[in-house]
Amino acid sequence: MSGKSRIHGCYVLVLIPVWVLLYLYLGDLVNYLINDIINLESGARITETIRFFLYEVPKVMLLMTLIVFAVGIIRSYFSPEKTRKSLEGKPLFVGNILASVLGIFTPFCSCSAVPLFLGFVEAGIPLGVTFSFLIAAPMINEVAVILLFGLFGWKTAVIYISTGLVIAIIAGWVIGRLKLERFVESWVYEIKSGSSGLRDEKLNFEGRIEYGITAVKDIVSKVWVYVIIGIAVGAGVHGYVPENFMAGLMGKDVWWSVPLSVLIGIPLYSNAAGIIPVVQSLIEKGASLGTSLAFMMSVIGLSLPEMIILKKVLKLPLIFIFIGVVGTGIIIVGYLFNIIY
Amino acid sequence: MDIKILGVGCPRCKKLEQQVRNVVAENNIMADIEKITDVQEMVQYGIMATPGLVINGKVKSSGLTLKDEQILNWIKEESGEIK
Repeated sequence: MSGKSRIHGCYVLVLIPVWVLLYLYLGDLVNYLINDIINLESGARITETIRFFLYEVPKVMLLMTLIVFAVGIIRSYFSPEKTRKSLEGKPLFVGNILASVLGIFTPFCSCSAVPLFLGFVEAGIPLGVTFSFLIAAPMINEVAVILLFGLFGWKTAVIYISTGLVIAIIAGWVIGRLKLERFVESWVYEIKSGSSGLRDEKLNFEGRIEYGITAVKDIVSKVWVYVIIGIAVGAGVHGYVPENFMAGLMGKDVWWSVPLSVLIGIPLYSNAAGIIPVVQSLIEKGASLGTSLAFMMSVIGLSLPEMIILKKVLKLPLIFIFIGVVGTGIIIVGYLFNIIY
Repeated sequence: MDIKILGVGCPRCKKLEQQVRNVVAENNIMADIEKITDVQEMVQYGIMATPGLVINGKVKSSGLTLKDEQILNWIKEESGEIK
């Protein structure tokens, strides 16, 4: 196994300069292709739509491969078991902060939300702290951060991460203070969980590179379709929707647009890869950053399928309180950014 | 040999089940393969990330995408072929 990993390690080293060159010259390459090879008329709607699409798709895929790989390596140092261990016995507020931060780095898929929830509760981790984790983990994921960074720049990515963290911390803390344990299905407290007895295998560096490569394969094979559809819709908006068209619908001065965006976002289920390119073009056409951010967070962080999964362990009132608390947090963030920017 | 795959139906769980079935068939291993979707049972094994792989009652992996060789190795380990 290690021989093969070493070969993989070499590939990675060779690929990095190729990656950098491609990323740096992508814009020129696309312009050359459009202006000189296909010979499309610059400035025409269809040309700009195609240019947008041909530039953004490879750019996002490049960024995605690199960052998913890097995050994969970082994640190989974390596991739900370790996270649970470090959360045990932490006081409420500190626990909320730690759970939210760990939520970013711990490998998590919403399909294992229920076993994870049970595992946390069994270990005596307070409900509020568990919720901080369950809010941060899906909302602040590497795909969202990559797309925000690639399409909006690093400032927006940092804003998204930090406001996401604040929402996860506060919402979890509020849920903890409300003492909602009675709305957890009673069987949850009756089952006894075992310990997996999994040996905590110390991976060597090659093993971690391997883990990173697996993460790239897993994630890229899952989201590339969404990236293409999202960017295609975004490209259409970019080329065909009139300037400032969105200002009347999602602009700063439309006060009701923030809560409405959040409401619309809940049943809309898309992962970050599909929604962010669309939101980017909406902003270009006059939608305000705060409203768009709220919409994005609601689509990614409050997803109906996850609620349905959690229904197995939570009674309805708790699910509604969860949506209410997180939704309120997102609305506040939306207004805040509409005021600041 | 008793092999259990624990998962609630995510794509990776289905993939693992298929992988295990292939590995077992290709190597002519006698094994009972069972897909477990019951969350309570998962928790009893202490699994917090799916898919989980349990061989002869021992948790081998949780939440990871595995390679065929790795799965085969564990099976051999449990059958006493390699220590």
